[in-house]
Amino acid sequence: MTVLGILIPASLALGAVGLVAFLWSLRAKQYEDLEGTAARILLDDRDPEC
Amino acid sequence: MPLEVPASCCAPGAAALAGKLEDAGLDRFVRDAGDGWARIDLLVPGIHCAGCIAGIEGGLTRLPGIIGARVNLGARRVAVTFDPAAMGPSGIVAGLADLGHTARPYDADAMAELERDGPGRDLLARLGVAGFAMMNVMLLSVAVWSGAEGATRDLMHWISGLIALPAIAFAGLPFYRSAAAALTAGRLNMDVPISVAIWLAAAVSLYETATGGAHAYFDAGISLVFFLLIGRYLDHRTRAQARSAAAELAGLAVTSATRIRGGQREAVAIEAVRPGDILAVAPGERLPADGIIRTGRSEIERSMVTGESLPETAGPGDAVHAGTLNLSGALEMTVTATGDGTLLAEIARLVEAAERGRGRIDAWADVAARHYAWSVHAMATLAFVGWYWWSDGDLYRAITIAAAVLIITCPCALGLAVPAVHAVTSGRLFRRGILLKDAGALERLAEADMVVFDKTGTLTLGHPALVDDGGATPADWALAAALAQASRHPYSRALAEAARSKGHQPTEIGTITEHPGDGLEAAGPVGPIRLGRPGWADRAQNIAGEAAPGTVVLTRPGAEPVAFRFADSLRKDAAETVAALRARGLDVLLLSGDAPGAVAEAAAAAGIDAFESSLRPSDKLTALEGLAGKGRRIAMVGDGINDAPALAAAHVSLSPASGADVSRAAADLVFTGEELGAVVEALDAARTARARAHQNVWMAGLYNVIAVPIALVGLVTPLIAALAMSSSSIVVTLNALRQPRSTNR
Repeated sequence: MTVLGILIPASLALGAVGLVAFLWSLRAKQYEDLEGTAARILLDDRDPEC
Repeated sequence: MPLEVPASCCAPGAAALAGKLEDAGLDRFVRDAGDGWARIDLLVPGIHCAGCIAGIEGGLTRLPGIIGARVNLGARRVAVTFDPAAMGPSGIVAGLADLGHTARPYDADAMAELERDGPGRDLLARLGVAGFAMMNVMLLSVAVWSGAEGATRDLMHWISGLIALPAIAFAGLPFYRSAAAALTAGRLNMDVPISVAIWLAAAVSLYETATGGAHAYFDAGISLVFFLLIGRYLDHRTRAQARSAAAELAGLAVTSATRIRGGQREAVAIEAVRPGDILAVAPGERLPADGIIRTGRSEIERSMVTGESLPETAGPGDAVHAGTLNLSGALEMTVTATGDGTLLAEIARLVEAAERGRGRIDAWADVAARHYAWSVHAMATLAFVGWYWWSDGDLYRAITIAAAVLIITCPCALGLAVPAVHAVTSGRLFRRGILLKDAGALERLAEADMVVFDKTGTLTLGHPALVDDGGATPADWALAAALAQASRHPYSRALAEAARSKGHQPTEIGTITEHPGDGLEAAGPVGPIRLGRPGWADRAQNIAGEAAPGTVVLTRPGAEPVAFRFADSLRKDAAETVAALRARGLDVLLLSGDAPGAVAEAAAAAGIDAFESSLRPSDKLTALEGLAGKGRRIAMVGDGINDAPALAAAHVSLSPASGADVSRAAADLVFTGEELGAVVEALDAARTARARAHQNVWMAGLYNVIAVPIALVGLVTPLIAALAMSSSSIVVTLNALRQPRSTNR
């Protein structure tokens, strides 16, 4: 059971990394326009035609 | 001014709204963007694809004076940064019109507030923390559920507690605040049992953990917070969307006027205008106050104010009202009334009275929640007292079971059931260009059993279109188009529009002079070419058109005069919409301020048999109140200033985005675009939403019927609590997200 001493902190640390990443993305305004971000993938760098 | 920009695939038929903007005080739309640049946010309902993003951003940045443009596809919004010295908001709106998009500016202050969206981000952050804690605690709980014992179990419980307790304290704060506010006000709301349940669960679990017990409810406590936060966030999203609809409304009213004092013209704020002041009103501007014309002749378009579709000629001595549109000539007017004394203020008073009269209609979800909160408390108390007595004073046992009852009955599903449906529905409506200002309006719309339409601007487009070209030859067209281009008069615009769509190119014609109230004139090679009022343009009176309203004549020496006839045409799908509403079991009525003949004609064309005409704003209000008195639940659809009181009094109300500020402000839903079908779409969406919300609440109720007895007899283990809660929340959310069965696309 001593392996728990490593596994639990490890899993918590990984979870915390995810949480910090989420809070960072929130502050960086990445949730302002979810639809737009998805659509922009389709755009060329050059001026597109319809 | 044709611009060299790629044609857009999206949103055909953009109306030239640009002119409308020039009337308005522009500063309220524009905010400072730093570096001497300015920024404006515009609602562009036509954006719907990646192509639109590229077209708008590329097309706008190519215009002079524009630094950058950024499209927000989800919010159908464009943020434009520009150099105020080289570009103005009306130029940007015009540029978007050339790209094929209708745009309306957002009020800058309201937009800045919306964009910060403090509460939304705060809720998301709390949601993130709760989600993180829930997943980790659940993971640890799996070990306990699968049979960890002794020291291992205690270790798991301690770690769970260390994660869950701070998370519960932080993430649940919105509920504790709301509960505290309700209790200090002597009320009970849903957040009271929620807060009690969360903290009771935490306290019991902490005690259990400290004494090496088997059952800790940390997982249930934190997942309660997580699911409820989802509901709270969805609710916030719906409200934020509604607020953005309201922010868009703040614009477009006249905010400044040109005052003439001692021969000097000065721009003054509308509040500073006093009776007796002399104001100058240029053609194309809305009148800033009630008054009497001093000098000048023009035509005044009053459709926004009275519902009359035909403009009226006005000259010195005639009384004019604020909000009406000066069409063709420069005017000077003496102000007779401002502020409270104007017709507009009178309407505003009617609106206010009507809103008071309507009273507060409680959303049934709120009513259900209030009853629910009481029964939850009663049940938990019953469990506590019952078990305390039954187990001969085993306080710990009684508290544990009371906590289990609270956790199980806690309205995770109920807290999600209605917000999820509302969020999904308002998002769906928003994508179709229908802005919902209040989620409660969805419920009221679903209850409506009668639709009352206004005519001018609602059933019809509100601006004239060519209906008869009098057998004009291509040469006539070329001349007429050239003349019409020079004027902002609605007939001229309609004629120029018709010429464009028929493919007639205007000829070179030289200098054109506009005679206010009469028409346009240019010097031809053999004599004057005129386009205008029959009595003026056609001196010989060859056409008996003076009596027929809506006729414009083109004359030139040596040719027969040509008569163009205009009428305010019905919206394309007006008849279809009326039929669709009938098919859904609603009665349709037309109430108009226009003349009986025009109203009867429009009613016949739209397929409406019940109509009333020549109504004043207060008459419409009385008619509506009479119907409401008979128990009818009325959905009012109107656009004019004269409709505003009726819109405010109706059970639920809709207004086109092209409507007057005051009526859009009074309406519960605002729809963009030229099609009336939005009314049917909104109705269908509201009915689907009501059905879904009812299903969801029933499902949540059913879950309680099964789970509560189990909790009351003390059989709820942490595993059962976690399973029951998560599954009911997920089922309810999935049901809300389900597409309506009869999708058109």
